[in-house]
Amino acid sequence: MSDVILQVEDLHTSFFTRAGEVKAVDGISFYVNEGETFGLVGESACGKTVTGLSILRLLPEPAGRIVGGKIILDGTNLMELSKKEMRGIRGKKISMILQDPMTSLNPVYTVGDQIAESVRLHQGLPDDMVELEVISALRLLGIPAPESRLHDYPFQMSGGMRQRVVGSIAMSCRPRLLIADEPTTALDATIQAQYLALFKDIQKQTDVAIIFITHDFGVVANICQRVAVMYAGKIMETAATSTIFKAPKHPYTVALINSVPRLDQKDDRLYSIEGQPPSLLNLPPGCRFAPRCPDAQDICHNQQPPEVEVGDGHTVSCWKVK
Amino acid sequence: MQNIAPDIEAITGTKVATGIRRVRIIRQLTLIIPSIVLFLLVITAIFADLSWLGLPDVRLAPYDPVKTSMPERFLPPFWAAEGSTAHLLGTDNLGRDILSRVIFGARVSLSVSLLVILITSSIGTVLGIIAGYLGGRTDNTLMRVTDISLSFPAILIAILLAASIGPGYWTVVLALSILGWAPYARLIRGEALKLREEDFVAQARIIGASPIRTMVKHIFPNIINPLIIMMTLSVGMVILTEAALSYLGAGIPPPNPSWGAMVNDGRNFIDTAWWISLFPGVAIGLVVLSGNFLGDWLRDTMDPRLRQL
Amino acid sequence: MADILLEGRDLKKYYPVTKGILQRTVGWVRAVDGVSFTIERGKTLSLVGESGAGKTTVAKQILLLEQLTSGTILFEGKDVYKFTKSQLKTEYRPRVQSVQQNPWSSMNPRMRVRDIVAEPLVVNTKHSKEQIQSRVQELLKQVGLAPNHTDYYPHEFSGGQRQRIAVARALALNPSLVVLDEPVSALDVSIRAQIMNLLKDLQEQYNLSYLVIAHNLATVRFMSHSVAIMYLGQIVEYGEAEEVFSQPLHPYTRALMSASILKLPEDEDQKITPIILSGEMPSPLNPPPGCRFHTRCAEAIDICSKEEPELRVIGKHQVRCHIYDDASVQSALSSGLHPGTEGRPQQP
Repeated sequence: MSDVILQVEDLHTSFFTRAGEVKAVDGISFYVNEGETFGLVGESACGKTVTGLSILRLLPEPAGRIVGGKIILDGTNLMELSKKEMRGIRGKKISMILQDPMTSLNPVYTVGDQIAESVRLHQGLPDDMVELEVISALRLLGIPAPESRLHDYPFQMSGGMRQRVVGSIAMSCRPRLLIADEPTTALDATIQAQYLALFKDIQKQTDVAIIFITHDFGVVANICQRVAVMYAGKIMETAATSTIFKAPKHPYTVALINSVPRLDQKDDRLYSIEGQPPSLLNLPPGCRFAPRCPDAQDICHNQQPPEVEVGDGHTVSCWKVK
Repeated sequence: MQNIAPDIEAITGTKVATGIRRVRIIRQLTLIIPSIVLFLLVITAIFADLSWLGLPDVRLAPYDPVKTSMPERFLPPFWAAEGSTAHLLGTDNLGRDILSRVIFGARVSLSVSLLVILITSSIGTVLGIIAGYLGGRTDNTLMRVTDISLSFPAILIAILLAASIGPGYWTVVLALSILGWAPYARLIRGEALKLREEDFVAQARIIGASPIRTMVKHIFPNIINPLIIMMTLSVGMVILTEAALSYLGAGIPPPNPSWGAMVNDGRNFIDTAWWISLFPGVAIGLVVLSGNFLGDWLRDTMDPRLRQL
Repeated sequence: MADILLEGRDLKKYYPVTKGILQRTVGWVRAVDGVSFTIERGKTLSLVGESGAGKTTVAKQILLLEQLTSGTILFEGKDVYKFTKSQLKTEYRPRVQSVQQNPWSSMNPRMRVRDIVAEPLVVNTKHSKEQIQSRVQELLKQVGLAPNHTDYYPHEFSGGQRQRIAVARALALNPSLVVLDEPVSALDVSIRAQIMNLLKDLQEQYNLSYLVIAHNLATVRFMSHSVAIMYLGQIVEYGEAEEVFSQPLHPYTRALMSASILKLPEDEDQKITPIILSGEMPSPLNPPPGCRFHTRCAEAIDICSKEEPELRVIGKHQVRCHIYDDASVQSALSSGLHPGTEGRPQQP
């Protein structure tokens, strides 16, 4: 578990709009080890989804573009690949699951056909073998009686079941890396619990590395070994999950963890962070979080803090930490 | 594939540029050019002659459009061999100046389509909103009536009307309006049905708003987009239907010029005197295109969501 | 004696399922199947459950957006269904307002904020334009928005700000009860806390009652005085919030708590077994026989698949579960002993 499978170096992704350049991701670096689950946590517009799309080079061109940085998968810089080569990677080496299973699935094709499409594209197997692969993918995601489910249409299935089908499509070619973008946000609490347990199981079986994009710290605690906290296009802190919870160093991380209402304690008042995230068109010159930070000093408003290593694999971008 | 452009648009309050600079400039032109074109057409329609101001001899059009001149029949446009600058766009089979007829035709065609569109869209919108919002038996009844209207052949009705009250300007307007509201009713009803389920409509009920208030203040402003699109698409259809009617003798009777009638007049001479049909046809095309582009622009400006912060 | 503002008695909502050309009714979707609760003045009742549980339908019934199939709604002791149309307009609707889940669709995108917040006043009062606008300013200040924002359209605000606007609109008529349907689930985590603090402050300031619909138990803990857990159209556990949270009796409640508790890595040492339910909530068209939850319940006994359990008072809660049929269990509970500790962190 110590081999690095994905290395993202100084990634910059921007959207070019009439109002100017929206720097959705403004210089982030992180790495993911083989077989581990890496969490990318943050609120809306922090850049986590754009990061996921950037890795797969699936940005809506020409408005959205990666403008800098390297994405190295298993030694290959994905930025240097041609479009055709990239297509060979998507689905086969890296796969992605999105939040809404209803729009991820084509309503007019059966579930079996949709999984088969991925298998056919990447594995070139004869038809009878394709069906076996499809059944095996369904079984991997815990769908009961997969042989009969093959012929179901998405509308015949419940939300949780559909999300599993989406997972089957993603895992059908046994990718090395799976990017899951808020896959459980739309699910009920008990279904989410099932689904997360399933993810852990799949990881055990296939040794896939997972980048789990979420805003929910509960999910992070449940399933991620390491996590990076993003805010307004930058990574504020990266560490092992237990470190993040036991000894967070960045004020935003601290605030975020405190904002989550706790079931096991009764609060008189919830801890909340004043204000709201900055507009990506009009970013503050210094640290992105400074306007809302309870500990901000002068330098925080004027200069962006460098990334500093404070422990084993624990990095923070904050002037409080030197 | 997940489209995050809408999220970026929500964040920045502006549209994500979907093309490179050159394409965007072309897009701007598609607003400016049709507006100029339409503006000019309207000016020529109004100033074709000023007899309505009591000045019969002040004219934009060089000739009287109904004045025939047998020796000057079939003159081609001025740039052709036998053409002359006296008749810039040539003459038709009765020696009438094409340019003047096109200019005067603008009046008829533009005003007929404007009137018909206003009448049909008003009736159709009101009925559509009522049917879609109230649902139930009201909806069923109104939709039955709409279906019946849609199944009647418009041309047939127009001919019957022309036969009973005589052909003429107002007959054409009546004939096109009497059935023309039905597609609007259908479309608007569909939109109203969708809107009825929106949260803010439920909210209006919760604060005690009456159905009429809800329909006027909440439903109507949100159906303007599809309504405008339909209205601009109708321009071409109305002009063409009017042309068909004129051909069948149920439209604007000769010798008054209407573009549609002119196109039909020239049909028999397409291979020899192509200009008789061409120029009114070009005029129709210009109006239709301009209408469509302008409709797009109108729809975009009127949507507060696309306003810059 | 508790001051009860609103009482729901045995509320039911059945949707008919029809088949065939003649549209014969072949079955019923029992979205809400006998739900009873009380909301006290100035207090919050939370209705918690997953999608398909029927909680949103109950909220719609209270807001008179859905008709009751049977049951009674009593507002200040009076049967709402016996109100005349004008009584509803003057005595019920202005007193019972709502904040909806989706801040993006709950406001007319073509209306300016000042008109959105003013509308309840325009519809229900004969105040002058100036009076109304000054009240609008007041309301916006109360919810923490700058008054100079009134000219903007909803889409020009962030999600959290829009929810504040929705709260301002709900307060315009000085209601007694506000129905909040998942008021913060569509918002960012750091904004949720802001809105929830605001709601609590307003409750104290104006003695407001809240009916909160939620699927997240943790959000609910902060705000609730009493809580009702719903499953497949029925209430399975109901009681004072602190009681239910500290001693959840129904297996479903325990599973929900297990799924919602923030399981920190340091808890690994405490060996909490998470409760993971198998399967999904069955369709309300075809609820399982006997107890509706028995198909997913780890503690189901024989009787659970045969007989529907009644809602029974045990100590300070009400529970709908056969495990508590035994009189000895009931008395044990009433005297404060805990039946089991699965899924809950051990008390230190």
